[in-house]
Amino acid sequence: MNNTYLLIPALPLLAFIVNITLGRGFLKDKAYLVSIPALAASWALAMSAVYQVMHGRTFEGDLYTWVAAGGFKVSVGFLIDQLTAVMLVVVTTVGLLVNIYSVGYMHGDKGFYRFFAYLNLFVFSMLMLVMANNFLQLYFGWEAVGLCSYFLIGFWYEKKSASDAGKKAFIVNRFGDFGFGLGIMLIFLTFGSLQYGTVFQAVHGIAGRTVDILGHPVGLPTLIALLLFCGAMGKSAQFPLHVWLPDAMEGPTPVSALIHAATMVTAGVFMVSRCSPIFDLSPTAMAVVAVTGAFTALFAATIALTQNDIKRVIAYSTVSQLGYMFLACGVGAYGAGIFHLYTHGFFKALLFLGAGSVMHGMSGELDIRKMGGLKKFMPVTYWTFLLASISISGIPPFAGFFSKDEILWRAYSSGPLGKVLWAVAAFTAFLTAFYSFRLIFVAFHGKFRGTHEQQHHLHESPKSMTVPLLLLAIGAVAAGWVGIPSSIGDLLGLHMDKIGPFLGPVVGEPQGAGAPGAEMLLMGVSVLLGVLGILVAAYMYVWNPELPGLLARIFSWPYKVSLNKYYVDELYDRTIVRPTLWVANSIIVGITDGKWIEGIVNGVPAAIGRFGQSLRKIQTGVVQHYADMMALGLFVFVAVALVLFIK
Amino acid sequence: MNSLPYPVLSTVIFLPVAGAVLLALISRRQEGLIKALALLFTLANFAASLPIFLNFDKTTANMQFVEWREWIPAFHTDYLLGIDGISALFVLLSALVCILCVLISWNAIKNKAKEFYMSILLIEGAMIGVFCSLDFLLFYVFWEAMLIPMYLLIGVWGGPNRLYASIKFFLYTLVGSVLMLVGIVYLYNYAGTFNILKLESLRYPLAMQMWLFWAFFAAFAVKVPMFPVHTWLPDAHTEAPTAGSVILAAVLIKMGAYGFLRFSIPMLPDASRAMALPMMVLSVIAIIYGAVVCLAQTDLKRLIAYSSVSHMGFVTLGIFALNIQGVEGGILQMLNHGVVTGALFLCIGIIYERTHTRQIADYGGVATALPIYAAFFMIFTLASIGLPGTNGFIGEFLIILGGFTANRLAGVFAATGIIIGAGYMLWLYQRVFFLDVNQKVKGLADISGRELLAILPMAALVFWIGVYPNAFLGFLQPSVANLLGRMQPGGATGLTAFTQFIRSVFA
Repeated sequence: MNNTYLLIPALPLLAFIVNITLGRGFLKDKAYLVSIPALAASWALAMSAVYQVMHGRTFEGDLYTWVAAGGFKVSVGFLIDQLTAVMLVVVTTVGLLVNIYSVGYMHGDKGFYRFFAYLNLFVFSMLMLVMANNFLQLYFGWEAVGLCSYFLIGFWYEKKSASDAGKKAFIVNRFGDFGFGLGIMLIFLTFGSLQYGTVFQAVHGIAGRTVDILGHPVGLPTLIALLLFCGAMGKSAQFPLHVWLPDAMEGPTPVSALIHAATMVTAGVFMVSRCSPIFDLSPTAMAVVAVTGAFTALFAATIALTQNDIKRVIAYSTVSQLGYMFLACGVGAYGAGIFHLYTHGFFKALLFLGAGSVMHGMSGELDIRKMGGLKKFMPVTYWTFLLASISISGIPPFAGFFSKDEILWRAYSSGPLGKVLWAVAAFTAFLTAFYSFRLIFVAFHGKFRGTHEQQHHLHESPKSMTVPLLLLAIGAVAAGWVGIPSSIGDLLGLHMDKIGPFLGPVVGEPQGAGAPGAEMLLMGVSVLLGVLGILVAAYMYVWNPELPGLLARIFSWPYKVSLNKYYVDELYDRTIVRPTLWVANSIIVGITDGKWIEGIVNGVPAAIGRFGQSLRKIQTGVVQHYADMMALGLFVFVAVALVLFIK
Repeated sequence: MNSLPYPVLSTVIFLPVAGAVLLALISRRQEGLIKALALLFTLANFAASLPIFLNFDKTTANMQFVEWREWIPAFHTDYLLGIDGISALFVLLSALVCILCVLISWNAIKNKAKEFYMSILLIEGAMIGVFCSLDFLLFYVFWEAMLIPMYLLIGVWGGPNRLYASIKFFLYTLVGSVLMLVGIVYLYNYAGTFNILKLESLRYPLAMQMWLFWAFFAAFAVKVPMFPVHTWLPDAHTEAPTAGSVILAAVLIKMGAYGFLRFSIPMLPDASRAMALPMMVLSVIAIIYGAVVCLAQTDLKRLIAYSSVSHMGFVTLGIFALNIQGVEGGILQMLNHGVVTGALFLCIGIIYERTHTRQIADYGGVATALPIYAAFFMIFTLASIGLPGTNGFIGEFLIILGGFTANRLAGVFAATGIIIGAGYMLWLYQRVFFLDVNQKVKGLADISGRELLAILPMAALVFWIGVYPNAFLGFLQPSVANLLGRMQPGGATGLTAFTQFIRSVFA
């Protein structure tokens, strides 16, 4: 076991232990002095590991046996291959930058040390997740990042909305993990192991095998893949388990950037890519993944159109972008999905940190209707936010363009279903550009619409916050340049189509279909859609500011549906939450436990008591009564004896 | 067979009893001395039990540290003690829990303190006796001996409704135990011995096995408690003093599951296998039913009590999955549940001592007022909902895996219990610890050093078992393999066994 690999997750864990035990009494507002060096060292080690992988030196090894019961044996161990390497870059880089940013952002919070402790625990858990070499450790990391998410969403736990949101995130994820857990068990029962290597090597042996579910034969690979995908839908907030992510914005904004944009929520995409050998066996499961992804991308984008909370717009945008990544996985282009995960990590973290910077300057204001004209007060925030928005809108040569286009192209070239999915995704790209620039125009342009007090305090954020913004902006612009498709690269004399071949050994490379001309054409269409989205946003929010209100009145019904997020929360409340509570209160406490079981438990002794009470009545103390009873008894006895005797 | 030069099992059974006798001789006015002695004896007993842990041979399924004396020759019954992998861990757990109970009662028990600590010491001896007995009559004596001090703990030091709860507890368990006694006597008539090892070595006719299975079931199911004979538990837990709840949760209700493992499965393998499906069904009902009913609770202790019904459903599910993962998971989960639920009751006792209310609605903002306390409660909450890295995960995962192997649907339904479990525990945590600080909580002192000592060992066990469960699973392996080895394949199916049983009823 190479010790340096062990240190990558161990250092953040150590920082967590130090901060959580000593933070309250000793470190207090110096907690970052433990956290940042630990994460910086972890980042450096991770980079050296990535360097090793780039030179073909992957690693796989066990640390110790975690659980052994009969034939069930699972270790704690690490696998560092190309897929892990990409995740290591995103997790440790964004993790470190968010930590630095938080020093300024969380300054003066009474839970300062606690915040850094949780961030450290999160980075540890996320690293355990991406570095795992088996499914159970993956599950450990999976649940542990969920726990950190729960802690950090509900960080300001005195607020009911915050603690509600944390709880909701945990429970909704449990619904997904229910399937994920069963999928892992099914993998063990099928392959007799949970080690990636063993499972993926034997995976072709189960092609064509079926299991019976309620009389219907279902392909075993399909069943396993779909169960695993349940977990991914929860963690990566795909419809219908997306409801927790927008609420998760109750947490401090650096958390939204790190956990709910760049890293944890992408764990589902990572997991599906990691399990690509299983998914590849089942066209049904692949279609489900692709359709879920495309649908969620469109669905969330239509909600983002009307939201007025700056963080919620970005949250729905995250849900939508995660949908793109699943669309890529579903059409077999895992590399494209991971590529988008990687660029998205930078520009989306930047958007969130920019939003946090705005909130910092605006005394915590979230409503974009009360902002406006922030451009001149917060230039660094504005320009970095703008770069990220251009990136997400898919304008070349920004990072988002290359990764999104790769997905669109792969979808288009994957068969008839792919054409439909491409159309959905391309339309979503138009919506994405629109809502992203709606934010820019409403919040940063025009006149300031907040209170005088807010205007008085308005200021650019401190260096500790703007420097991470600038660093992330570099990523938002340039992160995509590792995947410039050869169709463009050849024209420019560049050979930068690196990421696909890099990930190839793990997730395979989709067979290139279609002519380069078609690829160029599609690229043109999607750039056009992005520009159109920006222009429409400008038309509505810069040139005709009264138009949005008018449209909302004319199309009041669809507007309300979008504003209220399709009423999914209300639906779950009526169909799941309330019925469960009703069963608990009215049926179980009221009837089965209360009346039936307790009725018997208390009823039998009571009946015995009553019988005793009535028997007592014959003890009258009157001698004549006793004599009567004796005579009667004697009569009955003799009568019975006679009957028996005669017989 | 005893690898130690002295009778270690008798020592750990009778050292606390000797402590109780000593306390009886001391004037009740010397409360400080009584408490100190109680603590000393529980500590000494834990120290005395450690050699078992250290010298235990993890490679054999044979009984270890065996002691044998003639007891009542006329009945062919002996004083026969010994432990194997299944019972060893519970001897240690009992000894540990009693120390914590003394610590947690230090200031809470003012009334009749002498009798209180005597009861704790007596219960400790009896509990360990149950786990060590290899003679069925001796087992029964310890089993019933446990009832009396527990009855007193609830009935004397309990809450306002303690009389109802204590009588309910006593009658419920007694009805079950009496049926078990009938079974024991019947077995004795058949085999001419009370020796558990000899009784295990015989193969009884199927119909007889079925009769005995249900007789034992009556005793063990009540103790676990399984659905639908669980309604004594919420009342007993709610009314019992903290120490009583802790002992009840940590050790006493484990005895039912232990009974299945020590008697029902090895002595009645065919009936056990035939009845595995109904037992699994009852277990799954308990898991879901117990979890859902938690959502309706307004009383802290009642909620944790019902969660025990759900968690013990996992235990019985694992046991009757009758495969290695299920049974080992079940035994580990018995230990886990003892640690976690015991710790949760300790924690509730700590806050109750300050507020004198168990109503969830009376709390709120405890994390602001008592942050260290809140952190520990969080650890046990997470263990209770089976988060990986804590002990709860290992047990539940192995059980669901075992259940899933034995019966796909059982595994699937059991897994839903984990969703509901997260629901009620996190909701509880939110209402008690988060939100605005309730007036009743404002200004309370955080956890004291003594209280911290009482819950620290439990927190350590949560992570120890969670991160390195093999330290504990290692004890189980040979014994469980041996137990399951008795389940010869190709016996009667559930239906034929059941028809034979019905026929024998009318024969």
